[in-house]
Amino acid sequence: MSALAIAGLRKRYGRHDALRGVDLRIGEGELVGLLGPNGAGKSTLTKIACGLVRPTSGEVAVAEPFGYLAELFRFPGWCTADEVLVLHQRLTGSDGGARERGELLELVRLEADAGTRVEAMSKGMQQRLGLAQAMVGAPRLLLLDEPTSALDPGGRRTVRDLLEELRRRGVAVLLNTHLLSEVEQVCDRVVIIDKGLVVAAGTPAELEGGSGVEVELAGGVRRFEGGREDVPRIVAELVAAGEQVYGVRVTRSTLEDVYLDTVADAR
Amino acid sequence: MTRNARPGGAVPGVLIVAQHALQEALRRRVLLVVLVLTAVFGGLYAWGCHALFGDLDGFRNSDTGLDPTALAGSTIVGLAMFGGLFLGVVLATFLTAGAVRGDAERGLLQPLVVRPLGRGQYLLGRFLAAATVAALYVLVVYFGAILITGAIGDWWPAHPFGSAFRLAFAAVLVAALSLLGSIFLGATANGILMLMAYGAGLLAGLLGAIGDAIPSPTLQHIAATASWVLPFEALYRDALRLLVQDVPGVTGAIVQLGPLGGSHDAGPLLIPWAIIYLALVLAGAGWAFARRDL
Repeated sequence: MSALAIAGLRKRYGRHDALRGVDLRIGEGELVGLLGPNGAGKSTLTKIACGLVRPTSGEVAVAEPFGYLAELFRFPGWCTADEVLVLHQRLTGSDGGARERGELLELVRLEADAGTRVEAMSKGMQQRLGLAQAMVGAPRLLLLDEPTSALDPGGRRTVRDLLEELRRRGVAVLLNTHLLSEVEQVCDRVVIIDKGLVVAAGTPAELEGGSGVEVELAGGVRRFEGGREDVPRIVAELVAAGEQVYGVRVTRSTLEDVYLDTVADAR
Repeated sequence: MTRNARPGGAVPGVLIVAQHALQEALRRRVLLVVLVLTAVFGGLYAWGCHALFGDLDGFRNSDTGLDPTALAGSTIVGLAMFGGLFLGVVLATFLTAGAVRGDAERGLLQPLVVRPLGRGQYLLGRFLAAATVAALYVLVVYFGAILITGAIGDWWPAHPFGSAFRLAFAAVLVAALSLLGSIFLGATANGILMLMAYGAGLLAGLLGAIGDAIPSPTLQHIAATASWVLPFEALYRDALRLLVQDVPGVTGAIVQLGPLGGSHDAGPLLIPWAIIYLALVLAGAGWAFARRDL
């Protein structure tokens, strides 16, 4: 059963194709990272999934209830954090009451700011309140569009902890972000899109997959394909060929390498 | 998180949105400012009434057949109707001008419309809040002016409730039009458009009054066309007509042809058309909003 199922999704703005046939499926309780350069179509995809943008064609099925945190959002400055959550509880029909609100504020480390007006909050606090708002009504799916863009390292850590908590509770998450380290650390799967197409998908381990051996020689560093088990053979062959070996290092490509290679290949 | 979620809940989403909009107007002190300024307006109006009716003594025994009390009362109440409706229109426009595109650009709209209530209920909630506030405001100013005029000058209009209904309906129409405009325009542009449309409607109505006095078929035609396109203006003129239609003799002729007179009878189709117009505007707004990418 899928929390989000997207098939053949296309979106055209005038003469520009923002999405050119995207297929994406997120299982119940799965955390999926959505990566891609600016203008790749990530936000468009997220907005279509939550109904803010109409697709040109394609199918979208979203598990209800779902929560959404927009990339650019604002809450009324005159509202307190608690009042924002009360409003969204009423809109979702949640009967969680004060207990739910307290729990959500605690999750995003705003428990001491329930009575603070939004206009008195920093951007980072507002973003954390946005996350709490998205979780009102116990959603089965969270669509998070750049949820850490305004957060300092401490705030990003809070969000990572929150995502782990969501995984524990079985909430599916589509995490649209530029922060590869977050995706590497918390996501079950990664989807990279560029120019409106999915150009790579898999678990972080699958995508990072390839490793190599860097050998420092008299003439400079040379790179060889292979892993740790290949080091003796590579060194033996080099020595047999008369090379002086000064150092050996096994390297592993990071998600960042894969991302940059994938996006560069697609261009 | 152990609670259950019931999308829609016990209270209809449209009422939740309306309540939120009214709460915002209260908390931002919009309504407080309006009430204070209205109290000031009421005070000035009472002062003006007192001075006006006090200066009528010189006319009372003239042989012109003029009824100075009716002339003064209908004129000053007509002025209050103009002022009250104008302020009601400003209020309706202020509460709705940025309801869709303006709020979407500021990021206020997105968290709300993804909720189960949907766009239609959101729009209707915003309309309900603005229309209620604007209509109530117009009614308070209107009946306040009538009470002050009656208490000070002992002049009472013959059809106070008919005029009140038309004025309130005019404010409701402006709220609906402004909401429709907010789907396509930012708050500032929409606000300017609405106030200019309101001004154009008044101008057309005045041209119509001149056309009736001269008489000029062309000016009458302009006013009639404006009445169909912008029925809030026709409702205002009809409210003025009801105010003065029973004033007899020379006085009646004078007040009907004055700038705040009601010489033009819009006919029995005005109210049905205004209702259809309101339904069309709201349906159009719902249709356009449903197709708008946010």
